[in-house]
Amino acid sequence: MPEHYAPVKMEPLSGRRKVFNRSLHVLLYLCAAFTCILLVGIIGYIFYRGLPNITWKLLSTKPSYLSDSIGILPNLMSTLYLVVFTLLIVLPLGVGAAIYLTEYAKNRRLVAVIEFATETLTGIPSILFGLVGMLFFCQFCSLGTSLRAGAFTLVMMILPTIVRTTQESLKAVPQSYREGALGLGSGKWHMIRTVVLPCSTDGIVTGCILAVGRIVGESAALLFTAGLAHSLSGFFQALSTPGATLTVALYVYVTERGETDVGFAIAAILMILTLLINLAAGLIGRWLGKASHGRSA
Amino acid sequence: MEPVLSVKGLNLYYGSTQALKNVSIDLPEKQVTALIGPSGCGKSTFLKTLDRMNDLVPGVTINGSVQYRGLEIYAPDVDVTWLRRQIGMVFQKPNPFPMSIYDNIAYGPRTHGVRDRKHLDEIVEKSLRGAAIWDEVKDRLKKSALGLSGGQQQRICIARALAVEPDVLLMDEATSALDPISTSKIEDLIADLKNTYTIVIVTHNMQQATRVSDKCAFFLLGELVESGDTGQMFSMPREKRTEDYITGRFG
Amino acid sequence: MSMNILSIPTHFKGSFGRQKHVRKALERVMHGIFFFFGIVAVGFVLLISAYLIFSGLPAIREIGLRNFLFGTVWKSTAAQPEFGILPFLLTSVYGTAGAMLVGVPVGFMTAMFLSKVAPRPLAAIVRPAVDLLAGIPSVVYGLIGMIVLVPTIRSVFDLSDGACLLAAILVLAIMILPSIVSVSETALNAVPKEYEDASLALGATEIETYFRVSAPAAKSGIAAAIVLGIGRAIGEAMAILMVAGNVANMPTLFSSVTFLTTAIAKEMSYSSGLQRQALFSIALVLFLFIMLINIGLNLLLKRGKEG
Repeated sequence: MPEHYAPVKMEPLSGRRKVFNRSLHVLLYLCAAFTCILLVGIIGYIFYRGLPNITWKLLSTKPSYLSDSIGILPNLMSTLYLVVFTLLIVLPLGVGAAIYLTEYAKNRRLVAVIEFATETLTGIPSILFGLVGMLFFCQFCSLGTSLRAGAFTLVMMILPTIVRTTQESLKAVPQSYREGALGLGSGKWHMIRTVVLPCSTDGIVTGCILAVGRIVGESAALLFTAGLAHSLSGFFQALSTPGATLTVALYVYVTERGETDVGFAIAAILMILTLLINLAAGLIGRWLGKASHGRSA
Repeated sequence: MEPVLSVKGLNLYYGSTQALKNVSIDLPEKQVTALIGPSGCGKSTFLKTLDRMNDLVPGVTINGSVQYRGLEIYAPDVDVTWLRRQIGMVFQKPNPFPMSIYDNIAYGPRTHGVRDRKHLDEIVEKSLRGAAIWDEVKDRLKKSALGLSGGQQQRICIARALAVEPDVLLMDEATSALDPISTSKIEDLIADLKNTYTIVIVTHNMQQATRVSDKCAFFLLGELVESGDTGQMFSMPREKRTEDYITGRFG
Repeated sequence: MSMNILSIPTHFKGSFGRQKHVRKALERVMHGIFFFFGIVAVGFVLLISAYLIFSGLPAIREIGLRNFLFGTVWKSTAAQPEFGILPFLLTSVYGTAGAMLVGVPVGFMTAMFLSKVAPRPLAAIVRPAVDLLAGIPSVVYGLIGMIVLVPTIRSVFDLSDGACLLAAILVLAIMILPSIVSVSETALNAVPKEYEDASLALGATEIETYFRVSAPAAKSGIAAAIVLGIGRAIGEAMAILMVAGNVANMPTLFSSVTFLTTAIAKEMSYSSGLQRQALFSIALVLFLFIMLINIGLNLLLKRGKEG
C-alpha cells in the first residue's frame, strides 16, 4: 500500500513555546515545593523547639515569683473558660441569625443589609475589635478588663463564622421537609425546631469547631479586653477577672520576659490544638455529611 | 486515493473494560464520514482516539494502529500539540472560552506563535467567514463570546478550530445541543467545509447522517459493525444489525 | 343532626381555639426573637463604626487632618508631642504590597499545582497542611519570625537589628499564603473542564492551557483571593508587632518600622489624653481602609457569581 507514499512531516514545538512550558513547569514545582518546605519547616521547628519544653509541671502549675517558675495552667484554664463562655453566647445568636435569614426574613433588602453586616464583621481586623471591646464592654458597660469583656468582644468577631456555616447547612435542608412539616399543620417555630434544626447539626457543629479555632488563636482582640493576668480561679469568678489566654501568654512571656522556651512550648500546644481542631472539623463534616445524606436518601 | 486517517486493529480499554474492539477503518480525504450508533457504543471514544484526546483520561490503554497521512500517531515521539493542530475538534456542548469573540478565535494562532496584529486580524476574519458567522459578529468582536446564542457559540467554536488551519475536523455531536435552525446552518456549513477539510462527525441523528455524510460507519458495543458509502448503507445495509438500527428497531 | 355531624363538637373546638391562640402567640414571640438575632450583626457593625468614628474624630480635629495624615513625625510622648501618621500609613501600604508581591505568586502557583498538576496523593497531603498553616495563631508566626527570621536577616544583611520592614513583609507573606492558596485553588477547580478540553484540542500544551485559559477563567476568584489577602495583611497586628521593630520611622526595607495596627497595639496600654485619642484616630483610618477593601471584595465576589 503506502510504501511509495512519504508520511507527513511532524513539526516539533517551537523553541519559544518549549521555553515557556518548561520554565512554567519548573516554577510550578518550585513554588509548590517552597510551600511544602515552609509548611514542614514551620510545623517541624515548633515541635522540635516546643515539645521538649512541655512538662507536667508547666501544664499543672501557675507561675510563681517565689520559686521563679512558670506554669501555664491559668492560661489553659482562661482559654477554656473563654471558649466555653463565648460559645455559650455566640451559638444562639449566630444560629438564630442564620435561622432568621433563611427561614423568616422576607424583606430582601433587610437580608442584604444583614449579610453585608456579617461580611463586614468578617473583614474587620481583630485589633479593632479589641479597641471597641475595650471602649464598650470594659469601659462603657464597666465590665473592666475581664474574661467576660474578652468573650463579648470575641462574640462580635465570631458571629459571622457561626452564621455562615449554619446558613449553609440550613440551605441544604430540602424544601420538601419544610413543606411537609408545615403541611401537617405545625407552626413555623415548631417546624424549625423539629425538622430544620436537627437536619443542620453538621453545619452548626462545624461552625463551633471553627469558632473554637479562632478563639484559641486570637490574641490582638484580647490584649486590651481580657488582660494579661495569670490568675487561677473557678469559672464564674474567672469571668469577672482578667486572664491571659495561651496566645496572649505566649506574647507576654516571649516579648516581655524573653522566655522563648515557654513560648515554644505554648506554640507547640497551640499547634496541637489547631491540628486537632482541623481534624475534628474534617471528620465531623464528613461523618455528619454522610449521616444527613443517608437521611435524605 | 490515499486515506487521511487509517485505523487498523484498534483496541481501547478503560481500566479493564474494553470500549473499542478491533476497529479498522479508512477515512478518505475531503469527505464527510459520519459515525453512528446507539449511545455508549464507542463512537465518541473512537473519535477522540483520532486526535489523542483520550490521553487525558486516566486508566486508558490503547493498542493497534492509527495513521495520520502515514504517520503512526501513537508513536512515542509524536508531539500531540502538533497532531491536534492538524486534527481539530468541535465538542458536543458549545464551549467558547469566557473571553471576547476575537480572543477566542485568536487563541489557537497565538498559542502557535502568531504575534503580528494584522496577521491575527486576517486569520480571525477568515476563520469567522469560514464558519459562516462573520456577518453576525463582525461588529462585536470585542464582546464576550458567552453572550451569543448556542448556535452562534458553536459556530464560534468551529471558527476557533479553523483558525489553526487544521487538515481534519472532528465533530462530536456538534448539533445535538442546538435548535433545528442552528442545526441546519451548521449542516450547510459542513457541506461547505468538506471542500477544504476532511471531516468526521459523530451523530445520533440518522437524517443528519444521510444529509451531510459521504461515508458512514456503524458502531455497536465497541465494534465497528459496518462502514461504507452512506447512500448504500442506508439503502441496503450488509448487516442485519445495521438494518435494525437504521430502521429504528433499537436505539 | 346532619349539621351536628359536620360541625366540630363544642368542647373540643374551645380547647383547640385556645391552643391555637397560644401557639400563635408563641410563633409571634419566636419571630420577634429571631428577628432580634438577625439584626444583632447589624448592631455590632453600627456599634463598631460609631465607636471608631466618635472616638477617632476628636484627635483629628485637634491635630488637623493634613498634619495627622501627612505628618512624618510621630512623637506621642514627647514634651512637644507630634502626631503624624504618614510613617504608619506608608509602612502598612508598603508592608502589604511587599507581602502580596511575595505571597501572591507563590500562593497562586501552589494553587495551580494542587489544582491541576499535582498527583492526587500528594495534593491530598498538601491540602490539609495548607489548612493547618491557615489555622496557626498569629503569635506563633510572630514567635518564629522573631527567633528564626530576624536573626537571619540581621546576619545576612549585616544589620545591627534584624527587626525591620523586610522581616514583617516575609512574615505577612507566609501568613497570607494559605488563604491565597485555598481561595485560588477553589476558583481554579471550578473552571469547567470543557474550556480546558477546547484549548488542548487546539494544540495547546497542558501548561499553556492552565495559564492561558484556566487562570483567566478563574480570574475573579483569584482577584478575590488577593483582596482577601490584602485585608488580612493590613489588619494583622500581633505577628508583626514581634518582628517589625516598632519604631516610627519612615519605611525602608531595613528600617525598624511601625504599622497602623502595631502603633495602636504598642501604645494603647499606657496611653492617655490626646495620645490615646490619636490612637483611636489611627484605628479609624485603618477601619476606613478595611471598609474600602471589603466593598471591593464584595463587588468582585458578586461579579464572579454573575460571570
